[in-house]
Amino acid sequence: MILHSIGWDDILQATLATLAMLGGSLFFTVLLGLPLGILLFLTGRTQLLDQTFAYGLLSVVLNTIRSVPFIILLILLMPVTVLLTGTSLGVRGVIPPLVIGTAPFFARLVETALREVDRGVIEATQAMGGSVSQIVFRALLPEALPGLIASVTVTAVVLVDYTAMSGAIGGGGLGDLAIRYGYQRFKTDVMIVTVVLLILLVQILQAFGNRLVIHFTRK
Amino acid sequence: MNSQPSQPIVSLRGVSKDFLVGGRAATALRDINLDIQRGEIFSIIGSSGAGKSTLVRLINLLERPTAGEIAFKGKPITLVKGEELRTIRRSIGMVFQHFNLLSAKTVAENVAFPLKLSGVRSSSVIAERVSKLLARVGLQDHVAKYPKQLSGGQKQRVGIARALALQPDVLLCDEATSALDPQTTRSVLKLLAEINRDLGITIVLITHEMDVVRQISHRVAVLDHGQIVEHGRVEDVFLHPSHSKTRELVHEAEPENDELNLGSIPRGQIYRLTFVGKRAHTPILGTVAREFGIDYVITGGRVGTIRDVPYAQLTISFTDGNVHGAIARLRASGVSAEHLNGANSEAPLKATAT
Repeated sequence: MILHSIGWDDILQATLATLAMLGGSLFFTVLLGLPLGILLFLTGRTQLLDQTFAYGLLSVVLNTIRSVPFIILLILLMPVTVLLTGTSLGVRGVIPPLVIGTAPFFARLVETALREVDRGVIEATQAMGGSVSQIVFRALLPEALPGLIASVTVTAVVLVDYTAMSGAIGGGGLGDLAIRYGYQRFKTDVMIVTVVLLILLVQILQAFGNRLVIHFTRK
Repeated sequence: MNSQPSQPIVSLRGVSKDFLVGGRAATALRDINLDIQRGEIFSIIGSSGAGKSTLVRLINLLERPTAGEIAFKGKPITLVKGEELRTIRRSIGMVFQHFNLLSAKTVAENVAFPLKLSGVRSSSVIAERVSKLLARVGLQDHVAKYPKQLSGGQKQRVGIARALALQPDVLLCDEATSALDPQTTRSVLKLLAEINRDLGITIVLITHEMDVVRQISHRVAVLDHGQIVEHGRVEDVFLHPSHSKTRELVHEAEPENDELNLGSIPRGQIYRLTFVGKRAHTPILGTVAREFGIDYVITGGRVGTIRDVPYAQLTISFTDGNVHGAIARLRASGVSAEHLNGANSEAPLKATAT
């Protein structure tokens, strides 16, 4: 056996850990990023709420977080993570930095997706007597659904990348395996298997996202 | 129209609208005064950039005026906000040039949309209302389709059904036929005229096409550079335009021979005769010509209908005979006659006051 040095059990455990990190962080990223993206869109110039100051403030905060390299953010956020989850290790220990690192990115994607919605649809909903929340929840979000699904897909792929990186500071998962066995102990076969698994995961996520986008596109 | 002293359903008093363009105020509308009567089809015509779309958006307050007062059903609404504003908007339907349908919703869901927004919950009430509306606009066979699957005319019919869903008092149509071909335009205008007649809904039409005005409107206002330069009954404005902008718009619709370029035509007394209604179908001119022994040359003219009323407008050069007697007889028969090369030829007056 060429792959004699691989502990398949370890790889299974690592895969499950990666999936858990991905699922957990994606869920909270959307939960946090979607409202932020909606707020960005609404406060933007000539939009429904048109609040230049609020938009500028939010923009600066999100840009600042986005400009910090993720690996630095992981370290900087350790105290916050410990405060939130009680640990800075394992799956629970990486979800907060993953969410904080990715939510601003996702929020920008949401803002862009909402801007793609025909302004005429917003105007028509206003003319029917729709309130701002009705416009957002009954017109904007359903109309932007394909764009939003595409945004979630892109974000999920970025998160796969980040979970691998978080392996470096004890996050566990496939990235952790690749670094500890593949890189530090020169077990090239382990590195190859983990990388192949990550490639498969990204391919599946992207293909699934694309299918959903097509399914919901009515334009 | 003027004989009814009833309160206008929409009225604008001294309304102006400025926009900030690059930090500077640009005037879109200046001192607009307008009364729209209940049950009429009122058109606002003008070239692109004249301010028509802004004007119609002031009525349902999608735009706020910079100055002036807007009243709906006699109540000032210029400053209303929140739920009160949304309630007013529900009684003013709006139809758009590019339809503005929700692409993710079916035809039926689009028509049901305003009902749901206004809080109608019962699905049986919604289903019944939607099927009635779709039957009215002739789309009962397309209920489950998405807008993408419809033609332009069908999309606009969905737009009209949606605008009627909350049983509004007024229907605002912003260039509703401008994206449609001429045949579809006629059928959509016919539908709007039926809605006006059957449901008594007041319609405000914004357009740049005089043909749209001629086919279904009762009254018209001509907008030029943000100001109303002429308004009145369509018959009067269309047949006797007094402002140069109106003449330009009228002649765009019906190219007319240049009346002043008479060339080799025998010189005589040149008159513009306008026959409206029954008179357009009576051989008045021939009868009068025999009786007064006149000879004439037709140098220009147009024939057609305004709404369903026929008209003929001819420019005639009288070369011989008792012209004065003939003109007096024509006028006595209700034919409008303007002397184009007489003493007042520089300023032909409107036959009827606005």
